[in-house]
Formats: sequence, structure tokens, C-alpha cells
Amino acid sequence: MLGGIDPALLVAALLVNSVPILLAATGELVVEKAGVLNLGVEGMMIMGAICGFVTAVATGNPYLGFLGGALGAMALSAVFGVLTQVLQTNQVATGLALTLFGLGLSSLIGQSYVGIKPPETLDLPLGPLADVPFLGVAVFSHDWMVYGSVLIVAAVWWVLKFSRTGLILRAVGESHDAAHALGYKVTRIRLLAVLFGGALAGLGGAYVSLVRVPQWTDGITAGAGWIALAIVVFASWKPWRVLAGAYLFGGISVLQLNLQAAGSAIPVEYLSMAPYLITILVLVIMSSGKGRAALAAPACLGQSFHASR
Amino acid sequence: MLRLERRPSPSVFWERASPFLAVALTMVAGGVMFWLLGKNPFEAIRTIFWDPLFDPQFASYSRPQLLVKAAPLILIAIGLSLGFRAGIWNIGAEGQYIMGAIFGAAAGLAVYPVESRLIFPVMIVAGALGGFVWAMIPALLKTVFRTNEILVSLLLVYVAQNILAMMALGTLRNPEGNGFPGSRNLSQIPAMANPELIAGTGMHWGVVAAFMAVIAGYVLLQRHILGFQIKLAGQAPKAARFAGVSPARLVVLCLGISGVLAGLAGVFEVTGPAGQISIDFNVGYGFTAIIVAFLGRLNPVGILFAGLLMALTYIGGELAQLMLGLPSAAIQAFQGMLLFFLLATDLLTNFRIRLAKREAA
Repeated sequence: MLGGIDPALLVAALLVNSVPILLAATGELVVEKAGVLNLGVEGMMIMGAICGFVTAVATGNPYLGFLGGALGAMALSAVFGVLTQVLQTNQVATGLALTLFGLGLSSLIGQSYVGIKPPETLDLPLGPLADVPFLGVAVFSHDWMVYGSVLIVAAVWWVLKFSRTGLILRAVGESHDAAHALGYKVTRIRLLAVLFGGALAGLGGAYVSLVRVPQWTDGITAGAGWIALAIVVFASWKPWRVLAGAYLFGGISVLQLNLQAAGSAIPVEYLSMAPYLITILVLVIMSSGKGRAALAAPACLGQSFHASR
Repeated sequence: MLRLERRPSPSVFWERASPFLAVALTMVAGGVMFWLLGKNPFEAIRTIFWDPLFDPQFASYSRPQLLVKAAPLILIAIGLSLGFRAGIWNIGAEGQYIMGAIFGAAAGLAVYPVESRLIFPVMIVAGALGGFVWAMIPALLKTVFRTNEILVSLLLVYVAQNILAMMALGTLRNPEGNGFPGSRNLSQIPAMANPELIAGTGMHWGVVAAFMAVIAGYVLLQRHILGFQIKLAGQAPKAARFAGVSPARLVVLCLGISGVLAGLAGVFEVTGPAGQISIDFNVGYGFTAIIVAFLGRLNPVGILFAGLLMALTYIGGELAQLMLGLPSAAIQAFQGMLLFFLLATDLLTNFRIRLAKREAA
């Protein structure tokens, strides 16, 4: 069934394909660790995709594009932060609103950008490493975001596990009342976490429109934000498992695209629905049984906090 | 400094008034957006909210469209509102809507070209079943495996869209369609059509069903024990459990009802206004219905008016596209903005805004 697909190219495509969900899921992990459930990942990603695209086309510089994408999505996440943290709105409903609004606004901004090619994001020159057999093609010939995203996961893991900042963030997510009683500014910390999550979702979105596709079409993220949300559950809120989950799903979507291109006997529609079905299947496995993932969820996840005193 | 003070009980006045305030604020913010797009904001707002109803040139076409567009929104939103009240988040109504249309159309086309008065009712039942089956997937996964229903119901939308494409290109494709994708036009087959019941009003069976759903929803929430349990589970989950309300039963009921209603909306649409199963059959009613449910304050009567208002933005949006060259995406952003303002103005229901006094030394 895999005949005609070069494994090195498959691994290379897997790494590239996983970057958007990896970044978005890592951002959402931090947000949820702080006790906030932001279901607007899809909306923030697509805002990142269009803002990044517009910035890159306007400046001719893909790196500024990524910055623009991060800032655009961050602006949208700020709306979520103010609504849920200051104005005490329901987090589920506000997250949905974020996605609906983001999809509309992105297609509005992007309508004059359809069919344009963005400036190319170059591969990171790794010198002789690129000539290593197999690994050279598979691992060492990518743009900086592929490596950067892994570094971000490592940084998030380290900060959450070993730093004081991480401890405070987790305290706010596990018991906002206790954290408040200790004198931590719950609302401020959560707002910052939401902004961080927005920035990473925006980077992921910008990666879709600048590198992976690379062009602009409406609804370009095609549910990647929702898969990122599922990966956080899959990972039981642990950064390294987010990495594993993102590569797993990246692998599945690369495989189905390759099978489509190779003219497999399985109908195209079955292949395109596979990533979503497998996500559901994995969610089911992770949420059932004694060692279920929900037990690892931050205790205050999704609850709003209003300091009465 | 402004300070928020929780009200001892929610304000009745603001509960009624906040949707109006939200609509007004959205008009202002939307006007700014239209202005940034280089359009005259007053003209744009008038084209969207006034012209479809009262402009002598367009009203005769637009007014019937109001009911045509509002019916699926109301049907779906009534179902969603029950779940939202109980804290059960079905956000995959779009998928249930698609499956309703596919099941209904398939049931009818299976017996083509038989002519019988029974075919249309059978199709309606099949459509309801399609939506129900699709909603039962997240419901059963939630009750048996505790899987998050938000993610599952949403992910199933993408699966349903792929099934829709498969049907339009393969199984249900019109064999006499010269190879073009899309099924036979159901609205032109007398036994399967969902026609306009009163000429010039836009009234079709889906509109009738929507009105019935509003009444049934009202009775359910006001007079029936299930409605009480739904409200109780949403406001005080622990109290509900002590009172013997089974969470699993509520999940199945709420998702089941919303699935059935979304499926009905789908089959009424495919037999009437849309006419056929095609790749782009779904236009996002399942998602807009979420806004409708909140705009109507999760209240059946409120949803009736919210559905009409949201239908107006669709029609007015099309008109603004035609007359002012306003992009169609602007309306989508406008609708999303409305949901933001609704949620934000909800604050006034539960909190008082006070000028904070200086802390006593």
C-alpha cells in the first residue's frame, strides 16, 4: 500500500505538517494549565494565518509574517481574555464566538489575497548535516519553525515543571481561590496565559498559510484548531505528550494525503475524514478507563473567577 | 476605578434588555467595520436591516426569504438551547443537519420514480433519524466513555462534510445529470417536494415545524418535569444529582432532541429551498444557530425572534453584497461580533457596575 512513497520524504512531510497543531496545542496547554478553557483555537489560528500572510506579502519578509500572525491571533485572544476574565462570560460560548468571528474576519481580510504566493520561508542551513543519508532529507532540511516548535515545547515543559512562574501558573489552574488567598493576581496571570496561547496559535496558523500550503484560501486551517484541542486532552496536559500527539496526527494526515496522491483504491473522502475519525477514536480511548486523561485536567479548568474580596 | 459587584439575584430587566443593547452595540461596531471597508456605514446598516423588509423594490422578494432562512435557524437553535441550558454543548449541529438531509434525500430517491403521498412523510422521518443518529455518537461516547461531547460533535461535522461530498459525487448523483455532481432536484419531484404552502410568504413545512418546535420548547421548559431537570442540571449540577436527575439520561435526551431538530431542518431544506444534495449544500446554519440560541437567551420565544433577526442579516447581507459590494464574509464577522456583545452585555444581568470608593485607611 505504501509503494512509491519515499520514507524519508514521508518523515520530512510529517514534521512540516505537525508544526501548526503542535504550536497551537502547546499554547492551549499553557492556557488550560492556568485553568482557562479557550475553545477559540481554530479562530485564533485562522487569524494568525491571514495576518501572517498579509504581513509577509506586504513586507516581503516571511519572518515578519510570523510575527504578524502571532500578533493578530494575540489580539483576538485578548478579546477572549477580557470577556472571560474581566466580564465573566462563559468560556465555552466565548471560545465558540471567537472561532465564528475569526473565520468571518479572516475571510474578509483575505479576499484580495487569494491566489497570491507569499515570500518563501527558507530552510535553515545546517551545513554538512543536510548530506547525512536519510536523516539529511528527513530531519535536517527544514525551515526554522520546525526546530523552533520543538524548542518551544521544551521551554514550556521546563518552565511548567521547574520554574517559579510555572508553579504559580499551575497553582492558579488547580485552585484559583488558594492562589488568590496567597496573593497571586489570578485574573492577570490567566490573561497573560491566554495571550501566550493566542500567540502560539497565531504562529501555527501563520505556518499553515506561509509554509505548509502556502497560499491563502478561506477556512485554510480546516479544523486544525479543534484537533489541537483534542491533542491537549490526548496528552493528559503534558508537554512532551503534546509533541508525540502532534507528530502522530501529522503522520496520519501526511499518510492520507500521500495515499490520495498515489491514487489509492480507498475513496478520497474516506481518506480525508480519517484524521477526524482517528482523533475521535483516540479521545475515546484516552477518556475511558481507570487511568483516564480527565483525572490529569487542571482542577479549575473552565471555571470563572471573581474575587469577592 | 470601576468595580463589579455580584447581584444577589439576576436582574430581570437586564435579562430582557441585554440582547437589544447587544444588537445596538453590534450595529455601531459593524458600522465602524463597514466604514473601514470604505462603505458608508449608515447606508450599509440600512441596506441590511431596513431595505429587505421595507424597500419597495426588494421587499417582495426578501420578505418570503425571511421565513425560509429563519426556519432552519430556529429549528436547530431550539434543540441546541436545551443542551446549552443543561451544560451539554452540542456544537456539531451542522453535521447533524447534513446527515438529516442525506438520510431524507436517500430515503426518497431510493424509491424514485414511485409516486405516493407517503414518500414525503417517510423522508421527514428518515431526516430526523439521520440527525438523531449523528447526535447519538457524541451522546453515547459521552455517557459510556466520558468523552468530551464538544470536540466529538464538532469533529463529526468534518466527517459529515466528507460523506456529503461522497453522496453528491457518487451514491446520490443524478444519473441523468450529465455527470455533474449533485442529486436529482427533489423540489421538482412532486412526491418529494417541500413546496411553498402559501404563495408569496416563504411558508413551507419547515417553517411550520419551526413554529411547532417553539411551542413545544416553551411547554417543555415551563410545564414539563424534563424542562425543570434541564434547568436544574445547568444551574446546580450537584443539587440535580441529589434530586435524582440522571446526567446520562439528560445527555442522551438533549443531544437526541437537538439532533432530531437539526436533521429535520436539513431534510426540509434539501426538499425545499436547496432542492438537492450538492457538495456545498450546507451554508453554516448549524453554527449560526449557536448565535441564535444565545441571542434568544436560550428561551424558545426569544429564539423565534432571534432567528428572524439573524435571517434578516443573511438576506440584508446578500442585498448589501449586491448593492454596495460588501463582501459576504463581512456578514459572518458581523454575526460573530453579535455573539461577543451578547456575552459581554450578559454581565449586566449578574453584576452591578459600581464606582469603587477608596479603601478606608
